[in-house]
Amino acid sequence: MDKFLLSGNEAIARGAYEAGVKVASAYPGTPSTEIFENLPQYRDDLYSEWAPNEKVATEVAYGACLAGVRSLTAMKHVGVNVAADPLFTAAYNGVGGGFVMVSADDPSMHSSQNEQDNRHYARAAKIAMLEPSDSQECLDFTKAAYEISEQFDMPVMLRITTRVAHSKSLVHFSERQEPPVPEYRRNVRKNVCTPANAYLNHPKVEENLKKLEQWGCSSSLNRIEMAGTKVGVISASIAYEYAKEVFPKDTSFLKLGLTNPLPMDLIRDFAAKVETLYVIEELDPFMEEQIKAAGIACKGKELTGLLYEMNPQLLKERLFGVKDPSVDVGVAAVSRPPVLCPGCPHRGFFYTMSRHKDFVVAGDIGCYTLGAAPPLNAIDSVICMGGGFTVAMGMAKAFEMSGQTDKKVFGVLGDSTFFHSGMTGAAEIAYNQGNVIPVVLDNHITGMTGHQDNPGSGYTLQGEIADALKIEDILRAYGFKNVIIVDPQDLKAMEAAVQEALASPVRAAIIVRRPCLLIKRVKHELSLCKVDAAKCIGCKKCLGVGCPAIMVRDKKAVIDANQCVGCTVCAQVCPMGAIGKEA
Amino acid sequence: MSQVKSALLVGVGGQGAILTAKVLVNGLMEAGYDVKMSEVHGMSQRGGSVSTQVRWGEKVASPLIGKGGADIIVAFEKMEAVRYADYLKPDGVAVINDYEIMSATIAAGLAQYPAGTLEAMQAHFECHIVKAEAIAREVGSPKCMNIVLFGSLVGALGLEGIDWESVIARTVPPKFRELNLKAYRAGRAAVS
Repeated sequence: MDKFLLSGNEAIARGAYEAGVKVASAYPGTPSTEIFENLPQYRDDLYSEWAPNEKVATEVAYGACLAGVRSLTAMKHVGVNVAADPLFTAAYNGVGGGFVMVSADDPSMHSSQNEQDNRHYARAAKIAMLEPSDSQECLDFTKAAYEISEQFDMPVMLRITTRVAHSKSLVHFSERQEPPVPEYRRNVRKNVCTPANAYLNHPKVEENLKKLEQWGCSSSLNRIEMAGTKVGVISASIAYEYAKEVFPKDTSFLKLGLTNPLPMDLIRDFAAKVETLYVIEELDPFMEEQIKAAGIACKGKELTGLLYEMNPQLLKERLFGVKDPSVDVGVAAVSRPPVLCPGCPHRGFFYTMSRHKDFVVAGDIGCYTLGAAPPLNAIDSVICMGGGFTVAMGMAKAFEMSGQTDKKVFGVLGDSTFFHSGMTGAAEIAYNQGNVIPVVLDNHITGMTGHQDNPGSGYTLQGEIADALKIEDILRAYGFKNVIIVDPQDLKAMEAAVQEALASPVRAAIIVRRPCLLIKRVKHELSLCKVDAAKCIGCKKCLGVGCPAIMVRDKKAVIDANQCVGCTVCAQVCPMGAIGKEA
Repeated sequence: MSQVKSALLVGVGGQGAILTAKVLVNGLMEAGYDVKMSEVHGMSQRGGSVSTQVRWGEKVASPLIGKGGADIIVAFEKMEAVRYADYLKPDGVAVINDYEIMSATIAAGLAQYPAGTLEAMQAHFECHIVKAEAIAREVGSPKCMNIVLFGSLVGALGLEGIDWESVIARTVPPKFRELNLKAYRAGRAAVS
């Protein structure tokens, strides 16, 4: 049989296809995004879409399951915070066709704002949770998740982490199944969450969980690998792979695939067979605390720690105090943080913001979070998707109430974030008369996650042309009578737009509009800027735009021709006119 | 598991380390190895420091290695070589691109690009220093710098018995096939 090298995300997409999923809805977010990028190849059998946000995606997928088909949603860990409302009640109502939510956690925060451990969500929502540890398991467990969902009448969380999602390993394929779709019938008792129905549903949830726990004690998702009786290890997810490399050959393993509910009888049996028991898991002591609460002695977090992702070397050191030899070469590397790309349209906007000491800028999640980094230093706060407008609102009200009248407050977010959860913030500012200028950085794409379409981009996930929602029309409908649209690459126009908004007698908003340079279907006019060394006085003003293509060498500005795209933002800030486009 | 080999490819987001790792993995797979690869997407790609790991052997468990775990490190940028030097085993091999990319911290004037990176690596490890940017320009385009380095990686590791040219031809887009094959040969010649 053929084997394919697939990332965990690609394997989950394949698993959903093989499981017969018919409807799938998600919002992109690292490290989950590639699951849905790999679904359109199955478009003849499976409808997939980008929803405006994770709550919408969860509701769409859940609705599809109520109508009788298998459905999928996927998101990064913090996306589950957005989707938690439908998730918790879906657990009470149960499912029609199988319903699976992928939660992609990000230990070490490679591309995230926090390190939350979403295994707690499965427990709090009282739903099943499966944790694959390699790509083959990603495929197999996705299929198993639908079986569990239908057999136990509950949503299933498939919880992965960055190293499961983005690691590649070999995978076997099988054929797609086509589970029968029953004719739709209304079921008010089950599917309408009135208090009376919820009251009746809760005991069923508890009962189903109990049954699932018993089922899990003999399921092949959980397997014992007996090798010796001295040391036993209970592990799941990617931590299992690390532990397999680190513990001696005569160590026995209980490798768990179903981690909520934990199969406690199986765990008890395993624990009884070994002298010393370890629980190896990343982040929180999710399994360890439950195992200890069941009266089973084990070692875990006091050795492995609560922070960041593990690797085999770290684990070996923390468990056994053995450090693999490594060399300090004696030269330290300077930090290399991510930066706005050369030619990034966000640069002109943040440069303009950085010129004003009295501006307070509440930012948001996206590439434009990088506007907070030096030398731009142009963002005061970032908290979550959609928080740009509303945190700005709170700050503005606080300044009003505390008499700090010199502050000018801007709420900043991107186009995809505007559709995600910025629109409600715009309504808030209009409704409650906020002294805030909302700014949408519209680059026509969901950038940071790798260029996914959104309601404003004009295309769907499946590549069809869609009506592009116009941000200016929405803002006007909300009561922003003066919507100023500006090209951020023109610094004079950018500054003028900001001043016009601040002076506007009617409610104003700004749309900073220029497509991201990395969008492939847009034809970009690229060129190259050059420094005339005779004119350059080495004042370093050009460094203030924070472009990775420009630096100062021997007291003269130099532009890296491999990186420059000729956006001219640096040329516009040069007081000597020393930078120009190459003819 | 002692026969499992680990390669660490490090560089700056956008330099093409992931494509290089893909070529390596495709060849190793064809040769019948169990292979795991780990990469990082998202924010860290925007001009930040990036690392990709490839592990192969009869059976590989972890896709990830920690400090002191790599048999070979390929640094697409020379400061990145010293950043990840402690991931290399003391008897490991380093392939280093003699090429500088300023970081934002340096461009903003907050730090200096460190001096003596190549010398520091050479003092501790078996090193192959490759002027991959110049070589890539010579064969046609600086964009194929990553495949030049891939050639050097193959040369340094002695991964014989795999038809790397056909692997490259199948992995890269058809219109860049010839360019990349030339880049591969030049990179390989640079370490012999």
